Amino acid sequence: MESTEKILEIKHLKKEFDNTPVLNDISLDIHKGEVVVVLGPSGCGKSTLLRCINGLEGIQEGEILLNGDLISNQKKSMHLVRQHIGMVFQSYDLFPHMTVLDNILLGPKKAQKRKKEEAAAEAEELLKRIGLYEKKKAYPRQLSGGQKQRVAIVRALCMHPKVMLFDEVTAALDPEMVREVLDVMLELAREGSTMVIVTHEMQFARAIADRIIFLDEGNIVEESGPEEFFTNPKTERAKQFLNIFDFDSVHHGSNK
Amino acid sequence: MDFDFIKQYTPLYVEAALLTLNITVKGVLLSILLGLICSLVRYFKIPVLNRITVIYIELSRNTPLLIQLFFLYFGLPKLGIMLSSEACAIIGLVFLGGSYMAEAFRSGLDSISDIQKESGLSIGLTNLQVFRYIILPQAISVSIPAFSANVIFLFKETSVFSAVALADLMFVAKDLIGLYYKTDEALLMLVTAYCIILLPISAVFRIIERKLRYAGFGN
Repeated sequence: MESTEKILEIKHLKKEFDNTPVLNDISLDIHKGEVVVVLGPSGCGKSTLLRCINGLEGIQEGEILLNGDLISNQKKSMHLVRQHIGMVFQSYDLFPHMTVLDNILLGPKKAQKRKKEEAAAEAEELLKRIGLYEKKKAYPRQLSGGQKQRVAIVRALCMHPKVMLFDEVTAALDPEMVREVLDVMLELAREGSTMVIVTHEMQFARAIADRIIFLDEGNIVEESGPEEFFTNPKTERAKQFLNIFDFDSVHHGSNK
Repeated sequence: MDFDFIKQYTPLYVEAALLTLNITVKGVLLSILLGLICSLVRYFKIPVLNRITVIYIELSRNTPLLIQLFFLYFGLPKLGIMLSSEACAIIGLVFLGGSYMAEAFRSGLDSISDIQKESGLSIGLTNLQVFRYIILPQAISVSIPAFSANVIFLFKETSVFSAVALADLMFVAKDLIGLYYKTDEALLMLVTAYCIILLPISAVFRIIERKLRYAGFGN
């Protein structure tokens, strides 16, 4: 599904909070239809990277381009840029005072000024696909965590973003609900959506990624295909990181 | 208990109640407006105005309405500004009410998490749209209990208006007591008048609260 058209270009990005560097000289291109998974230990700057891309954080140096247009530190026009960048957060961030359908339609109606009927038809179509059409008039509090997160994905999708950013979207979910959210994301990947995913679900990362970016202390330590990264990581740091997930057996007794 | 007396002077209470209501409605509406403006100034941390608002809120909340009224009614004329009793009453009520309303709204605004704002921004809304469609509706539904308490509080505060020669409920009661020494009857009618007006207002607010909070809280 990969093509050479660059959707997102990050050039020498530097980000610091109160003089503490968080991201050092990050350069990264994301192509149309590509699924990039960003891995790394807590505090390595994964989430900050996503927040810089959609302008929730300003950057100190470097630049970010979307379809060749400079989008970093563009305070005035950032709301227009964000219409092309979908973002889904870790916490279920639906608007609690609106129904599921109104949640999805707020952006298309108010930001994109689309006709209500047309946007509603699309929203209902998307809800059918994730199996939540019956819930369109429900309020977020009536949904499970997984359902909320799926609605949040649809809310971002309905804006027709050029790229979707997922910030640990399953981290706050019950294990049983993780699957339903990941399935929606796999489906999107199959359809050729361009996605940048921050996750701690290693099996999922391996399945969905075209490319793995491994971040540590604000640097890209390793960048490779998923098979290569998981079976034969190049750097010591990545090996160490992956090893954390192999636990030593603690079974007492012999055969059990 | 002299029921004939009660019957005879009920119209006087009705008239005073209407006057009190009239001033309260005007005062409360303007207080809401002032409160909303103050809370917006504080929420968006608008420079200079933010400081002024803080000073106003502290000054207004920490001085009694009676003293504020005396200042308006007896103090301002010395500076050449003459205000009618009614104008003093409304201005005094708004001066006091504005800060209470501002704090009620602010508690609501502060309760909305940043992630709500960021989610709104991330679907391409402007800051103003985020505030209008996401923050404000939620903040108001959180503020409603404090807000309705303020309305009732402001209505009751009108009882000090008699001090600036306004013929409100309290004024009529004191007048009747002074003229006829019918203390029990006059005070009973006074309490009854307040209850007749305030109990329905309380009930209405409870209904509004339930409606507004249904979406977010479901009760």
